[in-house]
Amino acid sequence: MTLWSLFRLAVRGFIRHRMRSLLTALGIIIGVGAFITMVALGRGANARVAQQISSMGANMLIVLPGSNQTGGVRAGSGTSGASLTDDDVAAIAQNVNTVKWVAPLVQTQGQVVFAGANWSTSIIGTSNAYLDIRSWPIESGNSFTQQDILGAAKVCLLGKTVVEQLFGDDDPIGQSIRVRSLSCQVLGVLTSKGQSQMGQDQDDVVVMPYTTVRRKLWNQAGTAGNGVSRILISAVGPEATKPALNEVQALLRQRHRTSEGQPEDPSIRDLTEFGQVAEETTRTITLLLASIAAVSLLVGGIGIMNIMLVSVTERTREIGIRMAVGAKGSDILAQFLVEALVLTAAGGILGMLLGTICSRLLASAMDWPALLGWQSYALGFGFSAGVGVIFGFYPAWRASRMDPIEALRFE
Amino acid sequence: MPLIEVIELTKRYEMEDVVVHALRGVSLTIEKGDFVAIMGPSGSGKSTLMNMLGCLDRPSSGRYVLDGVDAATLSRDERAELRGQKIGFVVQGFNLLPRTPAIENVELPLAYAGVARKERLRRAAASLESVGLGNRLHHLPSQLSGGQQQRVAIARALVTNAPLLMADEPTGNLDSKTSEELMAFLVNLNNERGVTVVMVTHEPDIAAFAKRVIVCRDGLISSDTISTDRRATK
Repeated sequence: MTLWSLFRLAVRGFIRHRMRSLLTALGIIIGVGAFITMVALGRGANARVAQQISSMGANMLIVLPGSNQTGGVRAGSGTSGASLTDDDVAAIAQNVNTVKWVAPLVQTQGQVVFAGANWSTSIIGTSNAYLDIRSWPIESGNSFTQQDILGAAKVCLLGKTVVEQLFGDDDPIGQSIRVRSLSCQVLGVLTSKGQSQMGQDQDDVVVMPYTTVRRKLWNQAGTAGNGVSRILISAVGPEATKPALNEVQALLRQRHRTSEGQPEDPSIRDLTEFGQVAEETTRTITLLLASIAAVSLLVGGIGIMNIMLVSVTERTREIGIRMAVGAKGSDILAQFLVEALVLTAAGGILGMLLGTICSRLLASAMDWPALLGWQSYALGFGFSAGVGVIFGFYPAWRASRMDPIEALRFE
Repeated sequence: MPLIEVIELTKRYEMEDVVVHALRGVSLTIEKGDFVAIMGPSGSGKSTLMNMLGCLDRPSSGRYVLDGVDAATLSRDERAELRGQKIGFVVQGFNLLPRTPAIENVELPLAYAGVARKERLRRAAASLESVGLGNRLHHLPSQLSGGQQQRVAIARALVTNAPLLMADEPTGNLDSKTSEELMAFLVNLNNERGVTVVMVTHEPDIAAFAKRVIVCRDGLISSDTISTDRRATK
């Protein structure tokens, strides 16, 4: 018998026993459906996390000053006397070629005032590279220029929240606000970045040239020179973060004369690692969900085996007749295997349909992206066909080993 | 060359400690064109002999040559192939695949012999035509009478042009009128197409249609006679 005639035979058999075939395949349908849904939602979660991570900054490293140690008591990081300077920033930009952007960061808090409104916010002093590193474009107006930085110009960019608090719906560009006691011109408004992963409002911020913050707001003797509180770095690519980290570390250890074995000063954090951990977590959850779905597929497979064993016994007479007219064991084996395969493949296709519908529905209900890739379809379908072969084999083998004499006598 | 040549055929069944000798050394020759009825009480070995002649089972010892092929030493699959080529089966009761149209039942041996579908359907239709069921090609077995069902089985047996037709209690489920019609049909087939018929039956009036009657007893042939008063068909 050709494979094609076996296939036709199987399809016609299922049409003759519609209800039974549907019930038999139900396990596979639900299994594949669950598998597709779980994987789609898991991948959606993964994509969402990845998107949140990249909103913190692309391939970002943060350089923090080391911790201060006085008589065995260690202060937190950023308290070291050997603090970071403009020269460190310049040296990194010049010497490390795996680095794309470098931005110094000086931070403070302060009250901002416009007309009758006032608001307490965090103030970031930095260079233009900061906006590139954090992939944070200007929504309207302009950023400050190199000239503004050199001259410590009294200019600023406002985050969305600050604009809302001070200006409401009015256009802030060109207006003059007070930052603490400093009068500043608003050059531009930043696009909204929303909440950070820790729930902080990232838009509640005023960005100024770091020189301005240092000279006009810090006012601290000693640190007002050329110190910066931290340095943000963006590596040239995702794979470059590790080498960039090592090179920057080596450079800074040398510049800060940190001897071998001494604790790291300054210390560098790789924020992509943080992202990797988060992605790893969601991937694990996806895997977990997928394996639960796979178990249901397995149960579906056992259901198929059960029904097929019953069906082989029921069809003993048919097997006997087929053998009497010349069917070999392999013909009978192929016939029942093809039946199992057609049944599970049809179940797999229905399951893919079910999974697609379910994941779409769940996605819109939970406001969660569902990523339906061809991979999960291929895997779901392959899995169901595999289940068909594995669990169809034993009944088919039993059928093929029947004694034609006994089979012909069977009533 | 005879169609069937059996020499000292034995068959033992070993069940735990008990050994049952179903055949104790049967020798038999059947020429082409013969019409043989095998009779005997149950346990006489007639069914075992039938299974051996039909290549459904393998003898414990002895030789069996079917149409020039030594069938006693063949493997399972080789026997299946030989059955497909040389033997048409008509068995007691339900011979046909249920819920399968007559024509598809008839084409079955050709499908296993690897004949192309078009050719299969053509030959199956011709074969059904020859048993007088040309207008029942797409009827299901459940839509046919008992006699018609047996004729579909005969059409299936003839479709491969097999030289041997083996009938195991072919009239088992039929009333006497239909039985006689079926036997008339087989006799006619034997006369006009020269098909060799070997038939197992326990009814003497059915066996009376045969040219030759073999009676088994205790695993041996106890009598082998040419019918002198062969029953005439109407």
